[in-house]
Amino acid sequence: MQIETLLLMRHEMVLVIIALIALFYEIFSKGNNKQKFIPIFIGIYFINTIIGFLPQSEGTIFGGMFVLSGVQLIMKNVLNIGVLIVLMQSAGWLKKAENKDNMLEFFVLLISTQIGMDYMISSGDFLMFYLGLELATIPIAILAAYERNKSKSAEAGIKLILSSALSSGILLFGISIFYMISGSIYFDEVATFMVNPNPLMALGLVFFFAGMSFKISLVPFHLWTADVYEGAPISVTSYLSVISKAAAAFIFTMILFKVFGQLAYLWKDIIYVLAVLTMTVGNLFAMRQQNLKRFLAFSSIAQAGFILLGIISADKIGLTAVIYFALVYIFSNLAAFGVVGAVSNFSGKETIKEYNGLYKTNPKLSLVMMLALFSLAGIPPVAGFFGKFFLFTSAAQGGYYWLILIAVLNATISLYYYLLVIRAMFIESNETPVPNFKSDFFMRTGIVISVLGIFIIGFIGPIWDYIKVVVDSF
Amino acid sequence: MIENIPLQYFLIVGTLMFFIGVFGFLTRRNLITILMSVELILNSVNINFVAVNRYLYPNNLHGHFFTIFIIAIAASEAAVAIAIIINIYRKFSSINVENVSSMKN
Repeated sequence: MQIETLLLMRHEMVLVIIALIALFYEIFSKGNNKQKFIPIFIGIYFINTIIGFLPQSEGTIFGGMFVLSGVQLIMKNVLNIGVLIVLMQSAGWLKKAENKDNMLEFFVLLISTQIGMDYMISSGDFLMFYLGLELATIPIAILAAYERNKSKSAEAGIKLILSSALSSGILLFGISIFYMISGSIYFDEVATFMVNPNPLMALGLVFFFAGMSFKISLVPFHLWTADVYEGAPISVTSYLSVISKAAAAFIFTMILFKVFGQLAYLWKDIIYVLAVLTMTVGNLFAMRQQNLKRFLAFSSIAQAGFILLGIISADKIGLTAVIYFALVYIFSNLAAFGVVGAVSNFSGKETIKEYNGLYKTNPKLSLVMMLALFSLAGIPPVAGFFGKFFLFTSAAQGGYYWLILIAVLNATISLYYYLLVIRAMFIESNETPVPNFKSDFFMRTGIVISVLGIFIIGFIGPIWDYIKVVVDSF
Repeated sequence: MIENIPLQYFLIVGTLMFFIGVFGFLTRRNLITILMSVELILNSVNINFVAVNRYLYPNNLHGHFFTIFIIAIAASEAAVAIAIIINIYRKFSSINVENVSSMKN
């Protein structure tokens, strides 16, 4: 094997090096030196994000276990941008007295999950896919239980690890059925057996669907989501709701298209039902929430339902729309989580009532929150609108007009509960509002990047065109 | 000899174990028992893989490899879960699911 072929794993290799740097700093740093590492680490990660965009050759290694093409590259770069923003937004929280001592663990675990996601996205067989999936979920459970002195955090951790273990068990049972039919675990070889329909395949597909739906938290497999999101630290919640969800949605879409493309007539119906359920239930539950983390959890469940609209068309436009939507969703959701994180870091307040009158004291944060929520709802000038628009377009090309009607109705419902938060910030009065405060440099930069993303992405046509060209050659 | 046992028997055992595991996961109230149910599920998959590999596809080793990785990952998963369970015991003084619910649904 040549060195050049190993360089196909450049994204993962750089991330491994970054994780090792953090580990060695942990060993050799003494006492209070750890705080200095935050800017260094974010700088290193920024360089990694830039390296990700450098030209890269394409190909497969390890006998087809690891595949790299333009689509996978785009997905990894999208994740890189998201993780960079998450790291920036978590800097202030990591500097707190109770987290100061083991902040390097946070970096190591976060980067390991991203390595897992990158391998999962690049997988060419079910073994690599499973290993990447587990590497992406096990460290996240540790991260969810990161705040050792809070009982909620431990509860979130155990709920996450147990439900993800169950879901990967179900997923594995599905994979074992695929192996039973085809005698292979490679995507290409399994795909060739999908031409002749077989009841066993449908059974395997059901198990596979159930397992993956847990990971993307589709209704009716969403029950762990709200508790985990509420209990976990905000940085981890934003990471879970944006990065891991986007990665799982990417690989789910790719496996459905690549391996089960022949069975599209089977899984389109499942996706249809799941999309309607997920959007509706997510929205209805989001309306009743008072805690903003829970609120954003249910809103992210509803957004996952919209992603299914891109999958159902089972063509390249759909894949393009999913990637584009994920990019937009990363910026909008991270802007919202950034504001929630900044307010919570400063005052510990997380419910909607406590946000009453936020505009009077913190006008900038309120405006950012409004913008993020408008983008999540899909109001025209901001990027969220374009993301939803392309998803609807791809579903329309498949002729799913009723589904689009339901989705539009749901987008309208979602506007109602997003406006509840905006009303609380701008109209409601409050005798003890969150006082005016200034968050640290990295938090502000992270929020500014997200806001720029929300504003700009919708108006830069080349981004959509670029993703489309790459996906077409896939 | 093993050839005297038909493949169906292995698959039946595997499937039964899988559903016993799912049932245990949903009905048990002790966190450690839930973890044991998960192990049952993962091991049922192992039985499936190894039996299918041995009987239907003796020419390749995909199933055996998969099993080895599943065993390794199940161990790491159990390690993390037990670490969190110990932390939960410190916080709640109980590892019963009913008591470990501070958040409202």
